Amino acid sequence: MASDDRPSLQKADEDDPVPGTGPRAGAPEFMVRAEDVHKSFGRLEVLKGIDLEVRPGEVMCVIGPSGSGKSTFLRCINHLEKINGGRLWVNGHLVGYRQKGDRLYEMREREVAAQRRDIGMVFQRFNLFPHMTALGNVMEAPVQVKGQPKGQVRERAVALLERVGLADKMDAYPAQLSGGQQQRVAIARALAMEPALMLFDEPTSALDPELVGEVLEVMKQLAVDGMTMIVVTHEIGFAREVGDSLVFMDGGVVVEQGRPRDVIENPQHPRTQDFLSRVL
Amino acid sequence: MTLPEENVPRGRPAEIKAVPVRHYGRWVAAVLILYIAIWAVYSVANNERFGWDTINAWFWDGTILDGIVMTLELTVIAMLMGVVGGIVLAVMRLSPNPLISGVAWAYVWVFRGTPVLVQIILWFYVKALIPTFSLGIPFGPTFVHFNANDLITAFVAGCLGLGLNEAAYMSEIVRAGILSVDPGQGEAATALGMSRAKIMRRVVLPQAMRVIIPPTGNETISMLKTSSLVSVIALADLLYSVQIVYNRTYQTIPMLLVASIWYLVMTSILTVGQFYLERYFGRGTAQRQTMLERFVANLRVRSGRRA
Ligand SMILES: Nc1ncnc2c1ncn2[C@@H]1O[C@H](COP(=O)(O)OP(=O)(O)OP(=O)(O)O)[C@@H](O)[C@H]1O
Ligand SMILES: [Mg+2]
Repeated sequence: MASDDRPSLQKADEDDPVPGTGPRAGAPEFMVRAEDVHKSFGRLEVLKGIDLEVRPGEVMCVIGPSGSGKSTFLRCINHLEKINGGRLWVNGHLVGYRQKGDRLYEMREREVAAQRRDIGMVFQRFNLFPHMTALGNVMEAPVQVKGQPKGQVRERAVALLERVGLADKMDAYPAQLSGGQQQRVAIARALAMEPALMLFDEPTSALDPELVGEVLEVMKQLAVDGMTMIVVTHEIGFAREVGDSLVFMDGGVVVEQGRPRDVIENPQHPRTQDFLSRVL
Repeated sequence: MTLPEENVPRGRPAEIKAVPVRHYGRWVAAVLILYIAIWAVYSVANNERFGWDTINAWFWDGTILDGIVMTLELTVIAMLMGVVGGIVLAVMRLSPNPLISGVAWAYVWVFRGTPVLVQIILWFYVKALIPTFSLGIPFGPTFVHFNANDLITAFVAGCLGLGLNEAAYMSEIVRAGILSVDPGQGEAATALGMSRAKIMRRVVLPQAMRVIIPPTGNETISMLKTSSLVSVIALADLLYSVQIVYNRTYQTIPMLLVASIWYLVMTSILTVGQFYLERYFGRGTAQRQTMLERFVANLRVRSGRRA
């Protein structure tokens, strides 16, 4: 992952050798690394010490009952939520903080925003910009955030929309698209920033059953192309077929993780067994 | 309804040609209302005491037209100050920085909490309260030096009084608009790496506009008439101009009718402008048709059927 437009972050990196993020040269060993991550909302502790590692190119699926903290964990990864304890690295960089010696320094808003550019996020409710066309949605961030020339961005945006099968819907507004089409535009919008990591928060939960397949197909293709993905989902079939690893969360902790086939067919923990027996 | 078999082309069903529901009640009501309206107009038009000759004589008079120009200038400037100031205040009010949001709150508290008439008068008498005005570092060097007498003319005082007061009201309207936008929008934009300012300008405000415009239209129309308060500092707007005339000629009612008709004309033009603004900012959302749109669409269908 090139960060040539972010000298400040690279500099920060040099004076905080992060344990366990692998060799300095080239890609870090882990795309995401969570170490004892805690998160509370007021007195409610939602994440009670999450430890996870996601390798570049890996597709990690996350399952778990409602309220177990899956969304919260995803939101911590791109700093939409601030963690209260532990450490979180993305692509070798501490999320939201800079470490000098033993001290942590909070990053400025601009620096956090710069970090987020490398992380794409797809939401359950799409959250497309309703006042822009599909093409406008996809072009918005590269033009406004990266300041790339419009003509060049348009070419790429058109290619992305073709890739998600929406070549004929470029000029449609979100309200004129089905849920499945909207979610595919949302995926294209995230991809337009050329992220190193994609986060999906139940991307098919708000869709009619017959539209789920078209979105999962796009995600599967993305996985085949080597994208690193963390997918919170209830689609056990997708997790089994596409996932490289499966994490079961409950009550703010990772209860069980392993190869999808192993976890699904042979869950070790009684809570996992109980959950799977209810969703399968 | 049954469709004759032979009328149905292959693949594509024939368009339904049904007799629309007849609204007989509406027709009866329409005739009745039209009758009453014609009678009212007829009796007013034939009533000598309304002074139609006077109205006719003064309607295009230079004094009146100058008054209209003054009213329009005040309205446009005050509303521009109001909208720009309102957006700035609303964004400040929603800032996470308590100092900034506190300043915005205090501004609204003062400017909304005192009569606009008093504010206009105070601005006009600023020259008496603060005769000279310097820009510089307190207890340090001065960079520019103003004389309030040259700076605050009656027109400037009028604009300041109306515009700064309007900004306080507009800020609440804008704030309501911003809060009406789904928080998921800001979240999605944040996740794309956009800055707070960009999110506001590119994502939130354009969507808030749908909620902001109708009450802003209201405010503009209201400003058209509120601006007549500047008569206290002897600015000759439309209303003040007709007052000057009827103080001389004692034809109070006809002159007030002249002003009223002009106000109605200006309001009507504003209403049309609001319609187009609403349509522009409503793009991308399934919107309900307005009365005017329904009327136009109906006409189109009818003439299409006849053709
Ligand atoms: N902004 C917030 N303020 C307070 N509490 C919150 C906030 N966001 C989430 N929570 C709480 O945190 C807990 C975990 O929420 P989270 O959305 O992470 O669960 P989840 O695993 O994604 O569940 P679901 O499957 O229903 O989406 C819930 O109890 C929720 O009420
Ligand atoms: Mg969730």
